[in-house]
Parts: sequence; structure tokens; C-alpha cells
Amino acid sequence: MVDIPLDQVAGIPPAEVGEVELYHPRSWWTRYVFSQDAKVIAVQYSITAMSIGMVALVLSWMMRLQLGFPGTFSFIDANQYLQFITMHGMIMVIYLLTALFLGGFGNYLIPLMVGARDMVFPYVNMLSYWVYLLAVLVLAATFLVPGGPTGAGWTLYPPQAILSGTPGQDWGIVLMLASLILFIIGFTMGGLNYVVTVLQARTRGMTLMRMPLTVWGIFTATVMALLAFPALFVASVMLLLDRLLGTSFFMPTLVEMGQLAKYGGGSPILFQHLFWFFGHPEVYIVALPAFGIISDLISTHARKNIFGYRMMVWAIVAIGALSFVVWAHHMYVSGMHPYFGFFFATTTLIIAIPTAIKVYNWVLTLWRGDIHLTVPMLFALAFIVTFVNGGLTGLFLGNVVVDVPLSDTMFVVAHFHMVMGIAPIMAVFGGIYHWYPKVTGRMLNDVLGKFHFWVTFIGAYAVFFPMHYLGLLGMPRRYHDIGETSFVPASAHDLNAFMSVAALIVGFAQLVFLFNLVWSLLKGKEAGGNPWGATSLEWQTPETPPGHGNWGKNLPIVYRWAYDYSVPGAARDFVPQNEPPSGVVAQGAHS
Amino acid sequence: MSAIVLFIAAVAAIAGWWLSQQRLAAKTWLEEGVAVDFRGERGSAVPPAKIGLGVFLAVVGSLFALLISAYSMRNTMVDWRELPLPRLLWLNTGVLIISSAALQWSLMAARRNDDEDMLVGLLVGGASAVTFLAGQLVVWQQLNVAGYVVASNPANSFFYLITALHGLHLIGGLVALGRTSAKVWRRAPMMQVRLSVELCAIYWHFLLLVWLVLLGLLTGWTENFVNICRQLLT
Repeated sequence: MVDIPLDQVAGIPPAEVGEVELYHPRSWWTRYVFSQDAKVIAVQYSITAMSIGMVALVLSWMMRLQLGFPGTFSFIDANQYLQFITMHGMIMVIYLLTALFLGGFGNYLIPLMVGARDMVFPYVNMLSYWVYLLAVLVLAATFLVPGGPTGAGWTLYPPQAILSGTPGQDWGIVLMLASLILFIIGFTMGGLNYVVTVLQARTRGMTLMRMPLTVWGIFTATVMALLAFPALFVASVMLLLDRLLGTSFFMPTLVEMGQLAKYGGGSPILFQHLFWFFGHPEVYIVALPAFGIISDLISTHARKNIFGYRMMVWAIVAIGALSFVVWAHHMYVSGMHPYFGFFFATTTLIIAIPTAIKVYNWVLTLWRGDIHLTVPMLFALAFIVTFVNGGLTGLFLGNVVVDVPLSDTMFVVAHFHMVMGIAPIMAVFGGIYHWYPKVTGRMLNDVLGKFHFWVTFIGAYAVFFPMHYLGLLGMPRRYHDIGETSFVPASAHDLNAFMSVAALIVGFAQLVFLFNLVWSLLKGKEAGGNPWGATSLEWQTPETPPGHGNWGKNLPIVYRWAYDYSVPGAARDFVPQNEPPSGVVAQGAHS
Repeated sequence: MSAIVLFIAAVAAIAGWWLSQQRLAAKTWLEEGVAVDFRGERGSAVPPAKIGLGVFLAVVGSLFALLISAYSMRNTMVDWRELPLPRLLWLNTGVLIISSAALQWSLMAARRNDDEDMLVGLLVGGASAVTFLAGQLVVWQQLNVAGYVVASNPANSFFYLITALHGLHLIGGLVALGRTSAKVWRRAPMMQVRLSVELCAIYWHFLLLVWLVLLGLLTGWTENFVNICRQLLT
């Protein structure tokens, strides 16, 4: 460690950006409901996202019941099956994962981790949540309208998305698109906050390269989302106009129910380009916050500094940039110039390099660490394994010649569930078990937590591992009932039944998790301010849960990076970021 | 998709330049102390609201770049029939330029603490922006009467969509401009007002720039320009 001369340390420069004027709530309503405090907004985001996520979980049960035991359940017909897969996918990707990582974790952790009192635009931040809630309600309303929700598949490809014959053609698709437009408006409001807070509200001493990787992940993901979501916005608006006003942005000339449709000349491929220009960055919008959270969990619970911090930051930025030039690998079977296919396959495989750097660095962080197998650590380890798994099948699908036969089979479903379903949700759970003590002041129950982990982890593999095999057999996705085919043996149907039972069990394990959240809030063990012995700033707040304004009278001053674990010669096995170097008297940033 | 890829490349270049100033190669694990905060070295700070506006403009820019991408993919199809642009569009463009200039003038007045001129500039800017919007509605009306309705050809659909989205962004700006004018009226502290006026002016210039680019697209000039460049290169 370099010794910085005392006279340099003592001369703390004046705060460059004045403190943002803090909004003070005056009533119960403005404190807990229409709150402008990022911590309350984070909890609101999380609860809303998890509630709609439970709906999507139940939908996945319905799908699995149908796939495992076709013909047994009369209440699931072909139309409903399509509606279930559509809503399950859309909710999980956008309304659960995106909202939870950025709106939930982002809102809670960014101000605390960079040493700010709140987000820089608290009013806009509050508005962001309410617009998000409206988007969720519009989405949920599609279950109640005549014709039910849309069954176009989560990609909403035209022309079938708005043609008669597709379920939800009357109202479902219109409300779906309206809900997406609302979501994007709400997200943009929140996203501006996350970015500007990281840029402008860091406390003194918190250089970019001293920020915890969680902040780096959420920050980069937000920048990507701000640039990528407009593509979904444009696509949604244009599809809505095609549906409502009869324009032909995407709709080709076609015959509908024996009649020549009013549409003509449009390009469905145009929609695919717009959709995937959003859709591919979206994968990393979900993955980068997970990468950040996992880095922090591993370092804290292995009591070791993160290996290759600089590389980790560079890799996050590189992945963010690269993810904008790979979108067409979702469109190999739509037809494209062979050179384009080659280009997009190459960029896709290049992304594996920074991603692999991250995986190696996690493993090297664990290497000879003092690994504590706490529940957050278990989830973090499960994340690494699962992400590697899903990443490897991604290498298969990234190559044009391998993708073409595997396209639209269960192999694709297994791949994306591993890489952006199971893996991010492991990071979500790990993050919740890790930060719950800070949010509530109480620990989550450890026994219930371990039960939840093992059932979820093993169960998820029981569902998705065999699915790769079904895909290789050629079993197509999105089929309500595959019936008798020559290429699918009878044993595959037994496998489907097994996977369905596993899916039901995994789903029930989530109820244990929800029970744990509520029970521990009331009866959990008192956590204290820093139960894990972590270094980053959110664990150093004067109160737990952090009070209004986070830091009491003085903002913290940061003296070091976020990963000083097991420093030789230090009194404890962690040195908090705001602990002054020996010989320096702690001073407040504002006196 | 080349428009949006170029736009993203430009944003990436700006982000890369900014990141290059941030000591990304620092070995922070070897450094201890507070003296390594590098934000303080570049003199005065940019207020958060201005950075926020900058980020928002990147989002809006991305939206319009995507529209341009979609436009240039769709207009190569066989059913595309150019629509005649009403002459009024040129007048509207002039009015929008006046609006932007008035806000710039207001900003200059704010910088020399001239309350009256500042308010006049804001009101002229607001009034001409409203005139522009009214003019755009008249253009729609003219096209409708002439039979160029929204769904009859993709060229029409794009024209209505692009002008509508641009207009909606201007309406959002008018809300901010109204609040700023009210602040000036109430004689709020000059520092606060100056920032608000500056943000409005930046937003207006940006929307003017976007409009000029869109106009070049709708008239086909951009396409001709790109074709000429392409011929020069080959």
C-alpha cells in the first residue's frame, strides 16, 4: 500500500457539487406511498415486480402441466397455452428482471454505495415507479379483457401478432403494446436518475475506480437500457399503428381468413431488426447487474479482494458496447446476406472473451479464499455454474450452421432459461439474502434460506438440463401438444412429465422464500449494521435500516477501494471504504 | 440500421472519451487517502440537471435515429410513393428557427441579468413554438384534404408518425418552458432561473437540429447526399 503523506490527506478539497436539496416528507402518504426516498421507491419496485413475477410463475406451472400431461387438463386449450407462454416471457424478462435489477437494486444500492443522500431527481424517480405500476396494471388488465391477453409469443412478431386467429387480437395486443410504451417511459425517468446519480452525486474520494462492481454493473446496464429501449418503443408504436389505424409499417400483403387483408407491402423483418436491437442488449441489461452483484457477494463471503478489479470494470464496459452489434444473431433463420450472418456470428463469439474474463476472475477470487457458505454465497456459486452452462450453449447457437437446425427447438428454450432466467434469478436471490439485513435490520432465516436454495438450484437443473436433450431430439418450442411423431420417442414424454413435476416443486419452494421474507421481517434475528463484515459504504450507515438522507449529519469520505478484505496487518479482516488511513483523524465532508 | 449504428458509435465515442479521462487504469488497490478525487481538477462543476438533460437528449436522439433507420429500410420497398410536402412546412421550419433563436437571446439576457429581455425571449420562443405546432397541424389538415391519409401509403404513415413524435417532444419542452416563465414571473433567484433558461435553450436547439435532419430525410435530400458521397467513394 502506498503511503499518502498526511498533509495531502488532511487537505480535503471542497465538495465539487453542492449537496442536493433533500426533500422532506410531511405526512404518512408522502413518507410511505408517494415517497421520493429512493429506498422506499426501491422497496415499492421490488414488491410490484415480485408480485407480477408470481403471476408469471403460475403461468409457467400451467405450461408445464400441459407439456408434461397433455390432454389431462381441459382448462388449458391451445389458445390459452399460447397466451401463457407469451405473458410468462414478457413478464419475466421486462416487468420482473429489468424492473427488479434496475428499479429495485438500483434505487436502493446506488445512492448508498456511492455515498449520496438520495437520487439526484427524487420527484422524477417517484414518477418512474408510478408509471411502472401503471404499466404493470395495464399488463395485468389484459387477463380480464374480452379475448384475453395476446398469444403472439413474447417477441410479438408481426404479421401474426395482430392478425385474427392469434389469441388476444382484439384487446390483448393493444394493451400489451400500450403497457410496453408506458414501461419504457417510466424506465427512462428512473434511468436518468441512476446515471446522473453515479456521475454527479458520488461522495468525496469515491472515484469511478473505487466504486463497487455492483454500481458499475447497474450503471452500465442503465446506459444500455436508455439507448436500447427506444427501439422497442418505436417498434411498439409502429405495430400499434398497424393494428389500430391500418398502416403497413410491418404488415405485408396477405390473405386473412380467405380475404385479402387491408395491409400491403410492409416488412416483418423490419420489426425483427427493431425488436432485437432492443432484445439483445436486454440480455445484458439483465446480466450486467447480476455480474456486479455476484462480484460483490463472492468477494465479501470469501473474505478476499476481487481478483482483477480493473479487468472486471473493462469487461463490463466492453460487454455493454459489444452487445449493440450482435442483434441479428436472433434472426439467422429469417434470412439474411451470408456475410451479415458471418459478421454477427463473429461479434457474438467475441463477447465470450470479456465474459470469460469475468468468470475466470470470480473463480480466482474464490481460489484459496476463506469461503463462508452462507446463503448469499451459495446463490453466487450457483450463478457462476449456471451462467457458464448457459454461456456454453450460447456458443452453439451463436454459430449460424448450428443455430439453423436448433432454431425454434426446446434447446433454445433451455439455453435462454439457463443464461437469462435461472442465472439472473440466482443473483436476485443472492442479492436479497445479502442486503435484506440492511433493508430491514433483520437477518433472513438461515435454515429456510438453505432449503430454498437447494430446492431451487437442483430443481431448476432438473427442469432445464433434460430440456437440452429434448431440443436435440428436435422437439419444437411453442407447441401446445406435440402428439404422435416419429422422431420423439415415448421416453421423451416421460422426461417431460418429470420436468413438470420438478417445475411444480421449484415453484412451491418460492412460497417458502416469500414466507421467509415476511416472517423474518417480524421475527428475524437482529442484524446490526454490518452483519457480513463488508467494506462498501452501504454497510457503514449510522442507522440500520438507513434513515432519511442516509448518512446523518456528514457525508462519508472514501479513502480506498471497495475490496480491502483480509489485508495483512489490519486489525480486522475487512477495512471499510470510509475508514481513514492510520494517523488521519476522521473528518466530515460537511461540517 | 446504419443510422442507429452510427448514432450508437457516436455516443460510444463520447462515452469512451469521457471514460479515458477517468483514470480507468488506476491501481486503486494500492492507493489510500482522499487526494485521488479527480473530478475537482477541471474547474467549475456541471450541475446535475444539465447532465440529466444531456443523457435525455441521447435517449431522444436514439429514438429518432431508430425512426430514420426504419424509414430508410421501408422506403426501398416497391409500394413506397413519395408524398408532396406542403410548402407550409418551410414556413414552419422558419418559425422553429425563430423560436430557437428567441430562447438563445433569452439565455444571453439571463447571463447579463436582464430580467425583462429574458422574459420577452421566453415568451417569443414559447409563442413561436406553439405557432410551429399549429402550423404542423395545418400541414396534416392539408395533406388529409389532398387525400394523403395516414394509412394509404407507408410514406404518409412515416410522415405523420415522425412529425407527431417530434411535436410531442416539443409539447413536453413547452411544459418546461411554461414552468421556467412562471419562475421568471415570480422573480425566483437568478441562479436557478438562468439554469432553467439554459436547459430550455439547449433542448430547443436540439429539437431544431432533429427537425432539420428529419426534413432532410422527408425531402429526400439526405438520400441524394448519401448517394453522391457513395459515388465519390466508389
